[in-house]
Amino acid sequence: MRVVVDLNRCQSYGQCVFAAPEVFRFRGAESLEYDHEPDAGSDRAVARAALACPVQAITLGGPAGAVPETAVAGAAVGEPR
Amino acid sequence: MTPGRIVIAGASLAGLRTADSLRANGFTGELVLIGDEPHEPYDRPPLSKAVLAGRAGTDRLALPSTRDLNARWLLGVAATGLDLDTRAVRLADGREIGFDGLVIATGSRSRPWPVPGEAALRGVHLLRGRDDADRIRAGLAAGPRRVLVIGGGFTGSEVASSCRDLGLPVTVALRGGAPMTGALGEVVGAAIGARQRAHGIDLRARTTVTALHGDAEGRLRRVWLSDGDELDVDLAVVALGSVGNTEWLAGSGLAAGPRGVECDAAGGALDPGGAVVPGIYVAGDVARWRHPHFDAEPQALQHWGNAVEQAEVAAHNLTHRHRRTATTLPAFWSDQFGLNIKSVGLPHLADQVVLTQGSFGHGPFAAVYGRGGVTVGAIAVDSPRVMDGYAALITERAPFPPAVNATDSPATAVLGAGFGGAELSTVHGGQS
Repeated sequence: MRVVVDLNRCQSYGQCVFAAPEVFRFRGAESLEYDHEPDAGSDRAVARAALACPVQAITLGGPAGAVPETAVAGAAVGEPR
Repeated sequence: MTPGRIVIAGASLAGLRTADSLRANGFTGELVLIGDEPHEPYDRPPLSKAVLAGRAGTDRLALPSTRDLNARWLLGVAATGLDLDTRAVRLADGREIGFDGLVIATGSRSRPWPVPGEAALRGVHLLRGRDDADRIRAGLAAGPRRVLVIGGGFTGSEVASSCRDLGLPVTVALRGGAPMTGALGEVVGAAIGARQRAHGIDLRARTTVTALHGDAEGRLRRVWLSDGDELDVDLAVVALGSVGNTEWLAGSGLAAGPRGVECDAAGGALDPGGAVVPGIYVAGDVARWRHPHFDAEPQALQHWGNAVEQAEVAAHNLTHRHRRTATTLPAFWSDQFGLNIKSVGLPHLADQVVLTQGSFGHGPFAAVYGRGGVTVGAIAVDSPRVMDGYAALITERAPFPPAVNATDSPATAVLGAGFGGAELSTVHGGQS
């Protein structure tokens, strides 16, 4: 699971901190910090946190499949169209 | 458009979100992402905060994809040229990648320290990518006698805050009269500067660094300041704003320069005559555009949310006949010294500012910015839940000063905002 929070949208209601305290936390009164790549054991709690967010600021997803291509492997896209 | 090949130059937040949105919009053609860093897309805001303070590692900041992107990733290789006639991007390794649609999301980089011999000293750092953050983190962990932060913008302030989290002595040298004046003005900047000092920052306003001195091994040891002081410093972070990564577009026929690539509110790249170049879009820090809500010069809005919205707009416009424009009010946040700072609108356009809630001196506060009697921006410190209300005032172009009537409204005068008429080409991340 990968997590990113839109911290413009976030209004620090803290529902994610209640739902998944091992992943989301406050520093100071209003500053949210969180783990971007929490362990799989937290997946259910993180999913609950995303659902609980009153402003729906939490995006969940998976790897982008960003496997670096070598020049050789990338040659197939090297042809101009 | 019919399925073809869309190339996205830039593989950070804007590039990834463009790819994600293209697939969400039903684009089934070939998708190629080009990134000069060898890393997959990662979130940059934590670099100056949790990473430097040792609370997060750079290997755990990867951004999520919400679907299978089925993309080809060319990472660790920069785009070096654009040919509009053959519609192809040239890469540093000599390859050419043809495209039917192109999204330019190559971002910006830190403005370097202007004296190359001093910039090359070990212990003198820029902060832009995760490799930079790793180097600074290692330097901080080694226990420098003192850290010097050059520049009092948001990046510099956040770096200074992280150093205080680690208990390190920090000096911040800034050219302006207060931190973050480029984005917040001198009145609000001075209020936050006072709180930075209360956290132990040696804040030197209207002070420049005249020399960085190294030892025989080429390691930073001592710095000279324009106020006549000399300090024993083992680590310096140069935070003097940014320049757009646009050199690869020189001579391409697009309107591109150090301040970014010009585009319209639909993200469409412009030629030097101001005409839209079909099929080519710009997103993120590198995009220089005129926000439709404001009567202002084109500018690069180097904010996280701007990258996300422009990515979505570019993806929409590459897949639909009717073009969308970016309309969300500019907004950004900063976390520093235990304070959450949020901004909406364009405060830097203002000629006046008024405190509307709380106190500049301590605790939460909000301030509203106006130009010519119209509300154009707002900032809130430790008050994120008031921002929607202020955004509504900006959207409706409410009269300034606004009638807010919050129960904690102080009775304070309208003040000059203190932007000093300085030209600003980028917002957030600039030098103060």
